[in-house]
Amino acid sequence: MLFLIIKRILLGLITLFIVSLITFVGTEILPGDACTTYLERQAFGEQLEACYRRLGLNVPAYERYVSWAVNAIQGDFGYSLSGEMPIKEVLGPRIKNSLVLASAAIFIGIPIALILGIVTALWRDKLPDVAISTVTIFAMTIPEFISATLLILIIAIWLEWLPGIVIVPTDVSFFELLPNIILPVIAIAMIMTAHMARMVRSSVIQVMASEYVQMAILKGVPYWKMVFKHVLPNALLPAINVVALTIAWLLGGVVVTEVVFNYPGLGRLVIESISNRDLPTVQALAIILASIYVSINLLADLMTLMLNPRLKTLQIRK
Amino acid sequence: MKLDNIYQEEKKSNFAKVSEIIITMASRPSGFIGLSILIFHVILAFISPYIAPYDFKAINPTLMLQAPSAEYWFGTDDLGRDVFTRTILGGRTALTITFFGSLIALLWGGLLGIFCGLVGGKTDDIVMRIVDAFLSIPWILAMLLIVSLLGTSTEVLIPALGFFYGKGIVRVARAATHDVIAKDFIVSARARGHSNFSIIWNEIIPNVRDAILVEGAMRWSWMLLGFSSLSFLGFGVSPPTPDWGLMISNARGLMSFAYWSVIAPIVGLSSLIIGINLTADAFAKALGIDRSTKAPV
Repeated sequence: MLFLIIKRILLGLITLFIVSLITFVGTEILPGDACTTYLERQAFGEQLEACYRRLGLNVPAYERYVSWAVNAIQGDFGYSLSGEMPIKEVLGPRIKNSLVLASAAIFIGIPIALILGIVTALWRDKLPDVAISTVTIFAMTIPEFISATLLILIIAIWLEWLPGIVIVPTDVSFFELLPNIILPVIAIAMIMTAHMARMVRSSVIQVMASEYVQMAILKGVPYWKMVFKHVLPNALLPAINVVALTIAWLLGGVVVTEVVFNYPGLGRLVIESISNRDLPTVQALAIILASIYVSINLLADLMTLMLNPRLKTLQIRK
Repeated sequence: MKLDNIYQEEKKSNFAKVSEIIITMASRPSGFIGLSILIFHVILAFISPYIAPYDFKAINPTLMLQAPSAEYWFGTDDLGRDVFTRTILGGRTALTITFFGSLIALLWGGLLGIFCGLVGGKTDDIVMRIVDAFLSIPWILAMLLIVSLLGTSTEVLIPALGFFYGKGIVRVARAATHDVIAKDFIVSARARGHSNFSIIWNEIIPNVRDAILVEGAMRWSWMLLGFSSLSFLGFGVSPPTPDWGLMISNARGLMSFAYWSVIAPIVGLSSLIIGINLTADAFAKALGIDRSTKAPV
């Protein structure tokens, strides 16, 4: 058991190490380095030299990688090119804002997804299932920027209920942020809820068809008692991993949603730093977003392991 | 004579198999709707240059932001261009790029996955770690970086999309290979002394083909979503090429008084993505593959 946990953590660390290599090598082999891409036409003579010195680009690549990695582990990602301030300071408020958005979406999304998933599974192919399933399929297939745009058009422009875009400084306090984030949270929660509800639905359906549930029905266990005691505990366990993957997958979608709503989170920083050709920040973002992905998956694996006694004796499938 | 007959029968059964799959797909209401939408879009993509009523890049300042009328069915945009013309042309680039992108994704992802599943051991471990690492970098960050450094031409977009959407297929193909690898016919092929290449080509591919094709079909709709997100963010096709993602992002700022120029591309793009999705789902069901518990990766 302990061995398995340690093994999973080690695998996660190896993945992150490879991610750091990929981002480093990737930015290295793509044409242009941090200085020439940032300075563009002014990339010659004194200015280029100064930039190279500032970023330490005049030493060999492997030395730069080692020093970058050593600093990155300590939370120091160097200097951003465009803001001319430590990347650490740029990232801090952005991470906080993104966390607010993500956790709000998760807190709203998970209960709704559970209810919708269970309802659609128990009334499979009946009216509630057909109606809810149609809506969830729409919500999960339509691109984020379309659902967000439609939300703005309907709720902010036609009905004038809420502000359409977020106009707050990056380092605003939590309570000032709250009224501004309702629409972005709805946009993100909608897609996430739809995905999770589908997973819960199919998981519950699978368990309902299993032999022990059939046995319980034959034995005459009351329907709702059977649902809560036998079906749900078994059906929701595999959903943990899927929920984790959905959350991690949303990292990409959040970029688009944050841009649509002008929300000052990590996603918009991705776009900003790439538009500004700020490669040091891009590298830092890649490693941070990858760490979030790896840790969410790790957490989900460990949770499944804790909650499922059968897996304790088995080797985890990778 | 007898051999001839067998040969003909096999050919016929292949054709019959394909038409049977299509009929099964269309017999479900969702599959029928999906297939019809997809076929409609594909036909539209082929004929739209011939039926477009106006020039898609003709700028006319006197016709700025006209509401829909008999002359301009979907109105005009901020540069006085006909929205109907741009909408029916808007799917061509996206469909072409993502179709070839998915083919590339299928090929490299499928073959690498099968190879890893077959050889196993150290090679498999190393490749899967690298695939895992790529999976944990948000695709949008990697795509934006590549596109911003190499440009947004088709020659960059197709392989880049193909690469980033293929890494998920590696896992599916590898898992499908693991399912068949222990079967007797593989063991006997090995005992007969067949090479790895021959085993992959003759024994494994026919058995994992369905699973990989279904995954590829699903990835086509995700890639379309990803590609239009890129266009929306301004990192996809460049103006004045008509493209739905680009049209939506242009019209978005003006939608408080000219909502028609944003509604038309939204309907176009959403219907195509839903169409491909429903088709892929129906395809999976027709082949008897259950992918309902898988998360998007």
